[in-house]
Amino acid sequence: MNEVPVTHILFVSTALFFTGMYGLFTRRNMITMLMAVELILNSVNINFVAFNKYLYPDKLDGVFFTIFIITIAAAEAAVAIAIIINLYRSHHSIDVEDAGELKF
Amino acid sequence: MSASTIIFYIISAFILIAGAVAVTARKIFRAAIGLLFSLVGIAGLYFWMEVNFIAAVQIIVYVGGIVVLIIFSIFLTQKSGEEMPKPIKSRKIFSILAVVLGFAFTCSLISLQTFKVNTNAFNVEVAEIGNQMLSTTEHGFVLPFEAVSILLLAAMIGCIVIAIKSKPETK
Repeated sequence: MNEVPVTHILFVSTALFFTGMYGLFTRRNMITMLMAVELILNSVNINFVAFNKYLYPDKLDGVFFTIFIITIAAAEAAVAIAIIINLYRSHHSIDVEDAGELKF
Repeated sequence: MSASTIIFYIISAFILIAGAVAVTARKIFRAAIGLLFSLVGIAGLYFWMEVNFIAAVQIIVYVGGIVVLIIFSIFLTQKSGEEMPKPIKSRKIFSILAVVLGFAFTCSLISLQTFKVNTNAFNVEVAEIGNQMLSTTEHGFVLPFEAVSILLLAAMIGCIVIAIKSKPETK
């Protein structure tokens, strides 16, 4: 079972984190930026579960952190989509470059 | 190389490819489907690590909730067949540079670190999670649990208030 070293799981989650980071940098559409943020949060969850399973198997703290992160991500997605829909009603676009009123 | 090792690498490749589709696809609906498969792959990774409860929560909350919400909002706000404009070339180059540098830096840090792997068996029972979640003793999580419940209530009310359509004044 334990033939895969912990570092390989961490490499996978690092790659996923930076994939999400790339999306956050290049995308200008709010929904796709939200999807990039979801990828980043998920890569953190993989780390928590892997550390809990391989380094501290007698405890459950990593599992609890994962559960709380999933909950907060759900709340964040709901609020973000409400904001996006409201912005679409007033600007008829969800591009971040078109929503510059609060920029300066 | 045993079957479980091979399965791990297959799942990881699946997650990363689907994630790459999610951040690079020009059609927004295709990106949402990429995100969906990436999240399913992460649930598969949790199953592989034998953390079944978290895998189930991942499928229910992400695949059943967040992705459906995202697809709904795509249909409400976009013409989903259209292609999105390409990112500006300089921005693309610099973000690839930043991401590759950050990835290399983090990977070198991880490979320098030695992890002391504890070989005790790890079995998470749902009953244990529930007991510890609501216990008020030293390792209980009842305070964050309450805080998160208040946060969810606040987020729900906030969503309704933000997204509500103000009625036009009629006389």
